[in-house]
Amino acid sequence: MAFFLQNVINALQWGSFYALIALGYSMVYSILMLFNFTHGDIFMTGTYIGFGVATALVALATALSWSMPGWLLLVLTIIIAMFLTSILGVVVERVGYRPLREAPRASAAITGLMIGIMLEYGNLAILGTQRYNFPSIIETVTYDVGGVFFTNKKILIVGVALLLMIALHQFIHKTRWGMAMRAMSYDFQVVPLMGVSLNVIAPMTFAIGSALAAAGGILYGMAYPVLDPFMGILLGWKSFVAAILGGRGSILGAALAGFLLGFIEIFTAMVFPSTFRDLIAYSIILLILTFRPYGFFGQAHSAQLRL
Amino acid sequence: MQLTVENLHVSYGQIKALHGLGFSIVQGEIVCIIGANGAGKSTTLRAISRLVDAEKGSHMVFEGKDLLKFQPDKVVSELGISHVPEGRRLFGNLTVMENLQLATFARRDRALIKENLETVFEIFPRLLERESQLSATLSGGEQQMLAVGRAYMTGRKMMLLDEPSMGLAPLMMLSMFDALKEINRAGTTILLVEQNARLALKFAQRGYVIENGRIVLEGESRALLENPDVKKAYLGG
Repeated sequence: MAFFLQNVINALQWGSFYALIALGYSMVYSILMLFNFTHGDIFMTGTYIGFGVATALVALATALSWSMPGWLLLVLTIIIAMFLTSILGVVVERVGYRPLREAPRASAAITGLMIGIMLEYGNLAILGTQRYNFPSIIETVTYDVGGVFFTNKKILIVGVALLLMIALHQFIHKTRWGMAMRAMSYDFQVVPLMGVSLNVIAPMTFAIGSALAAAGGILYGMAYPVLDPFMGILLGWKSFVAAILGGRGSILGAALAGFLLGFIEIFTAMVFPSTFRDLIAYSIILLILTFRPYGFFGQAHSAQLRL
Repeated sequence: MQLTVENLHVSYGQIKALHGLGFSIVQGEIVCIIGANGAGKSTTLRAISRLVDAEKGSHMVFEGKDLLKFQPDKVVSELGISHVPEGRRLFGNLTVMENLQLATFARRDRALIKENLETVFEIFPRLLERESQLSATLSGGEQQMLAVGRAYMTGRKMMLLDEPSMGLAPLMMLSMFDALKEINRAGTTILLVEQNARLALKFAQRGYVIENGRIVLEGESRALLENPDVKKAYLGG
C-alpha cells in the first residue's frame, strides 16, 4: 500500500510536467488549428532560462550577502522565466507561424520542427556540451507518513502545477481575452468580424503556452537537475501525445491526459521492467486512441478542420 | 456617399469571382444586392470586410477612408462596418451574453455599450430570456437574432447582411426584417445580399442585380420589381 501511494505521488509529479507542457500544445491548436512542434524545445529553452534566472538570483543574493529564502527564489525564478519564455513564444509565432497562417498546415509543422532544431543546436552552440545543473532552489525535506516517503519538492511541484492550471482556467473563463480565445477555438475565421485582432490573440496564446512550459521546466529542473539541450524532445513528444489524448484543443483534456500519462507510465514501470515502460505505456495509449480517436474531449469537427 | 466600391476584382486562386464590380451607398440607406447562387454576392461582402483580398486596381472608400488599408478587425472596430456572415457563424461554445460581449472587444465606450445592449434586448426580447444559454442551443430564428444583435454591438455605422432570410420560417423572416428596419431607423446603413429577391426588394430602397461577378442592373426597388428581366430571372415570372 505504501509503495502504491508513493507511486501515486510520482505519477502526479510526472503528470504535472506533461500537463503543463500539453496545455501549450492544446491552446495553440485550439485557436490556430496548428500543432506547434517547437513547443518541446520552448520547454527546454524555458528550463535553461529558469536555470539562468535562478543562478543569477543566487549570485545576486550572495553578492549582497543576503540569504534569500528558498520560496522567494522559486517564485521570482518562475515569474521571471515565465515572462522571458513568453517572449520567445511570441517571437516564434511572429517569425515562424504568422507568415504561414494561410499556408498548408504541413508547412507550419515543418517550420515548427526546424525552429525546434535551431533552438536545440543554438543552445549547444552557445553553451557548449557542458552539462549544467539546475541550482537547488529549495532544500529537500523528506517526509515519512506511515511508510510513504515523499519530498517537499514533489508536493511543491504538483501544487504549483495545479495552481497554474487553475489560474489558466480562470483566465480563459473570466477575461475578455480568454473569451476571445474560446471563440477562436470554435470558429477563428469569424473572430475578426467581432473587432478582435488575430494578431493579438495568437501571440498571447503562444505567450501563455510558452510561459506554462517554462514553469514546467523549472519544476522539472527541481526534480531532475541535469539540463540537456535535447531534453525537450522526449518530454515534448510525450506531452504532445497527452494533448491528443485529451482531445485536440481541449484545455481540460490536456491537463487530465497529462496526469493520466504520468499514471500509466509510473504504474507500467511498477509491473514491468523499466526498459519496457514506454513501449507498454504508449501501446496502452494507442489502444485508447483507437477507441476514442478524438481523445477524451475532442470533437470530430475540430479534428477535421484544416488538417 | 458613405461607401463607394469601384472596379472590385476578387479571385479565389485561378477562379475569378468578381470582375470589376461597382456600386455605392448613401448613409442611412437600405440597399440590396440580388443574384443567383455563386454570382458573387457573398464575395462582395467579404471583400468589404477585408476577409478576402481585392486585386490591384480595386477601389473601396468608406467615409473618405481607403478601405483597402484596413485589417478585417479594424474595418469593424475603427470604421464601424459590421458583417452578419452567411450561416450566422455564432460561437456555439459561448453563451448568448458572451457572444454579445465579445462583439464589444475593441470598444471602450462603456456607457454606450450598455445602451446598445439594452437596444438589442429591446429589439429581440427573446435574447434576454436566453441570455445565459449556449448559443448552439438556440433555434434557427433565435440564432439569426443573435447574429444580428452581435453585429449591432460591434459597430453601427453600416451593417452587411449575408442572406438573413436563409433557413427562417416565413413569419420569422418578416419579423427579422422588421427588426432590421428598426436598426436602420436608429441610424445604421444596411447592405444586404439575398437570394430571395422579392423579399429583399420589398425591404430595400434600392437594389443591384449581380451576375457572374458584375453588376448588370441597378435602380429603385420598385422599378426593379417591375422590370421584366428581373421578374423573369429572379421573381419567378
